Amino acid sequence: MDSIADMGGTQGWGPARIPTDEPPFAEPWEGRSFALTVLTMGRISGRNLDAFRHALGRLHPVDYLVDGYYGRWLNAAELMLTDSTVLAPGAVDARARRNRGEDVEEPAFPEPTRPDYQATAPGSLREVDHGPAFGVGEVVHTKDLHPQGPTKLPRYLRRRTGTVHAVRPPHVLPDTHAVFAGENPQHVYTVAFPSTELWGPDAEPFTLHAEVFESYLETR
Amino acid sequence: MTDAPSGRLSPALRTEALEQLLVERELVDPAVMDAFITTYERDVGPLNGARVVARAWTDPEYRAWLLQDGTAAIKDLGYGGPQGEHMVVLEQTEDVHHVVVCTLCSCYPWPVLGLPPSWYKDPAYRAGMVRTPRRTLREMGLEVPEGREIQVWDSSAEVRYLVLPRRPAGTEEWDAEALAALVTRDAMVGVAEVAAP
Repeated sequence: MDSIADMGGTQGWGPARIPTDEPPFAEPWEGRSFALTVLTMGRISGRNLDAFRHALGRLHPVDYLVDGYYGRWLNAAELMLTDSTVLAPGAVDARARRNRGEDVEEPAFPEPTRPDYQATAPGSLREVDHGPAFGVGEVVHTKDLHPQGPTKLPRYLRRRTGTVHAVRPPHVLPDTHAVFAGENPQHVYTVAFPSTELWGPDAEPFTLHAEVFESYLETR
Repeated sequence: MTDAPSGRLSPALRTEALEQLLVERELVDPAVMDAFITTYERDVGPLNGARVVARAWTDPEYRAWLLQDGTAAIKDLGYGGPQGEHMVVLEQTEDVHHVVVCTLCSCYPWPVLGLPPSWYKDPAYRAGMVRTPRRTLREMGLEVPEGREIQVWDSSAEVRYLVLPRRPAGTEEWDAEALAALVTRDAMVGVAEVAAP
């Protein structure tokens, strides 16, 4: 699906920030949110890293942008927990309001329905029993994908022509893995695109490299 | 924009509430959370990557291995695990400047650089770096010479990149430990150079 998380090349965000030194967590709650989310994406909700990224991509743009990075993680953790019915919708909000003295009723804890899913190995690297379909130096085209579900083909790289720069080892396909429809491991290619192919003849000259899953590519 | 987030509770309040709910259900152990937080505050950070870079600057064989098989060479120094399962190292040269971004989320090589800084996660960086990288780098304080080609790497799958910066002049006699102290996180993403001492 196309979502607020897919930001490549979008405009209107203003200038990039000048880097400064900063601690990993600017405030204590950011560390708590980080740890809660890491635990939620696996152990607690029974989901996985790709499901977490898909949860981020399904957030309302306000929920994605307003609370900052670890706020976005918190919102995605809550979404994963309600997806797995570990929590009822609104449970977090109700508890937070009670904590600050509001007279709010909390929803009952539902019966969890965690996905029936087991990873075949840790991480996302897998083996496949066939070689890569494309080789280094080969000209490839990205498909015009607009799936309802998750995808790792960014909008700005759809229907573009590039050259295979490197063949990477097979990885789990997030599109299906995120929704527990199978790991579908496949080769990943680092594809080089000239900037003019992406942004037209007046683009700044540079080369853009991105990882593209095999099923996103065609030779035409 | 849709409805303004008025009446919206702060993420700090909601984080506290979520932790309470999960602890009450015995789904979360606060001590486990503390251990995660401490690990990423104290142990996993850009100093790991700086040690990799300093080793490559002082050991030509290691440098060659690092550029050929980043995952194995980095693991040899003890760094691996989540978000570092397949590492690729990009070498800055006189002719080419590399810079890394993740436009879909904020993928980042945790084992060598720690958790990403806020600018890396910011929409302006994620949006701009794949469209106007020279301008975006300039906004961040790095002027890339006109003759130097820019290569942008969008880590849109699970490959994680570490940039090997150019060793600054005047450090020929320095050992790896002293060199590591010079290497910055920003240089290992490609938004800065390592300054001469």
